[in-house]
Amino acid sequence: MKHKSFFWFVLPSVILMLLFIALPIVSVVTQSLHTQHEQVIITVENCGPFGCTQAQSVDQEATQALRDAEPLGRFAGLEVYKDRNHLAVSDVASAWQNSNSYREFWNTLMNLPFYLALAFTLTYTAIVTPMTIILGFVVAIAINSVARSMRGPTIFFSLLPMIVTPLVGALILFWMVDARGILGTALQWLADDPSLSVKASTPLMWIMLMVYGTWSSIPFAFIVYYAGLQTVNQDTLEAAMIDGASRWERIRYVIIPHLAPLTTFIALIQLMDNFRVFEPIISFQAQAHARSLSIAIFTDLGGETRLLSSAAATSVLTIVFVAILLSPVLVRTWRDFGTKN
Amino acid sequence: MSVATRRPLTVKFVATSFLMLWLIVAAFPFLWTLWGSFKVEGDFFSKADWANSLFGTLTQSETGGSFTGAGYFGAWIQEEFWRAALNTAIVCLCVVTISLTCGTLAAYALSRSPYRYAFWLLLFALIFRATPPIILVSGYLLPFFEWNLWGHLSTTIIVLVAINQPFTLWMLHSFFKNIPKDLDESAMVDGCTRFQAFRHVIIPVMWPGVITTGLFSFLLAYNDFAVTSMLLSKENQTMVPKLASFLGTTQTKGNVMFAVAAVVSITAPLFVMILFFQRQIVSGLTAGAVKG
Repeated sequence: MKHKSFFWFVLPSVILMLLFIALPIVSVVTQSLHTQHEQVIITVENCGPFGCTQAQSVDQEATQALRDAEPLGRFAGLEVYKDRNHLAVSDVASAWQNSNSYREFWNTLMNLPFYLALAFTLTYTAIVTPMTIILGFVVAIAINSVARSMRGPTIFFSLLPMIVTPLVGALILFWMVDARGILGTALQWLADDPSLSVKASTPLMWIMLMVYGTWSSIPFAFIVYYAGLQTVNQDTLEAAMIDGASRWERIRYVIIPHLAPLTTFIALIQLMDNFRVFEPIISFQAQAHARSLSIAIFTDLGGETRLLSSAAATSVLTIVFVAILLSPVLVRTWRDFGTKN
Repeated sequence: MSVATRRPLTVKFVATSFLMLWLIVAAFPFLWTLWGSFKVEGDFFSKADWANSLFGTLTQSETGGSFTGAGYFGAWIQEEFWRAALNTAIVCLCVVTISLTCGTLAAYALSRSPYRYAFWLLLFALIFRATPPIILVSGYLLPFFEWNLWGHLSTTIIVLVAINQPFTLWMLHSFFKNIPKDLDESAMVDGCTRFQAFRHVIIPVMWPGVITTGLFSFLLAYNDFAVTSMLLSKENQTMVPKLASFLGTTQTKGNVMFAVAAVVSITAPLFVMILFFQRQIVSGLTAGAVKG
């Protein structure tokens, strides 16, 4: 394709992505280097019958005018990154020096909002991704070994948890595990503890969020694997059988290697999606127990005072982590392309 | 299937029972919520006996019947959920149309260009695809407030289109790769320009891929919460942020049933969609993967 026609074909799409994805990222980086103007303090002299006193007060009008004139705020460099709500450099440094054990250091670290959010996001990603892949694979194998007539309806119902709006899917589960809901009651009965409540317990909340994450992404993994299973070479399978391979050995040495490239694909998509975990925490009203990086940004943006700089700094840090997460994939894609040409 | 690969009964039994278990896990929550949405709150969240939500004991004593539409009435009429539904319809329709128009043009060009910059564009799209939308939202807020763009449906539509673009590009790219190059090249040998070749030769054969991609664009727009909740004013809210606002207000009023009714209302169109487009959804999920 000629350069010129290529240019015109991709133009609308590229403009959209530049304006609404690339530019906002630049704007977020700029915003993160600024912070809101401080309040304008004026000194007023009150003179009364007993002499003059000086009082300092906030000039609300001037403050507002200054903030309106420069909504970006004043340049602060890396100040926002280093404050207690983000990297908390000084807190971490003093904790490192004063802690007697790694455990103590870890506990201090988990009291800092950013590190706690990061810990949750990474734990969520690290647990939900493999769980999805394993369970999706098992469902695909199971569906492949039942009668053909059953497959259609099974796929139909299996798609539901993935297709449904995340906020809605999470709410449905949340209502069921409520202490007064059916699953909540079942849990109380199983644990033999009538006061058990998922809402009130941090570990249970983490587990529930991960259960939801796995539940809602199994269909994706299973559909991809199911499609892959249709292309397994039947001759190889039969040859393996004649050579005396058991059912498990056939899965282990024929089917799993065949599905390996699909696993990379599922893992990539799942890593990207799990790292942005957001809606389930809103649905579960779990902000008190579990905060992800996305939630940290969301809470900064909402509410009465919009903490734009704070949100921007968290955003930039998140982008850095996404880049680290993606780097092996990017390097590989780049290398593949290099060898193709 | 040959005799050799026929499965023994025990394997079939284990597979079927595992599948049954998965089906219950996948579908039961939805059926349960659908059933419960026609009850009163005292039954849906039953303190006394979980079976109340099955038989509607309190619903019977409070309303006289085993089923009540009070939740739906409250949500759709009283809280004006119909307005949100209308907004969702507008947003989804516009997002799907615009993203498919821009997406097909660009993806077609990407699939036909042998140059390195086409690859770089796709790579950047992948990076953009990985960026959580909430990050972009924090970049939008200040400029949108400054230029009075905040709160309008049209702003949200454009933003959603842009966020959908990377995904649309990747998906359509893999579909266009499967359309033989000879098709449009022979048209160009016969004297068509690149655009004419696209218009008369490619457009008639591209619909299966476009419909599949359209379904996923629709889902992205329909299911979005991060963008719609932050960028729409209260009167322009779509269904998902409206539902989220029920969670805030109705729990103090003690009427969580509005939210339950809204949840069922949001799920119903998706259910119908899977019913009609199951094949396309499955092919869409596998398109990117199986091809490489």
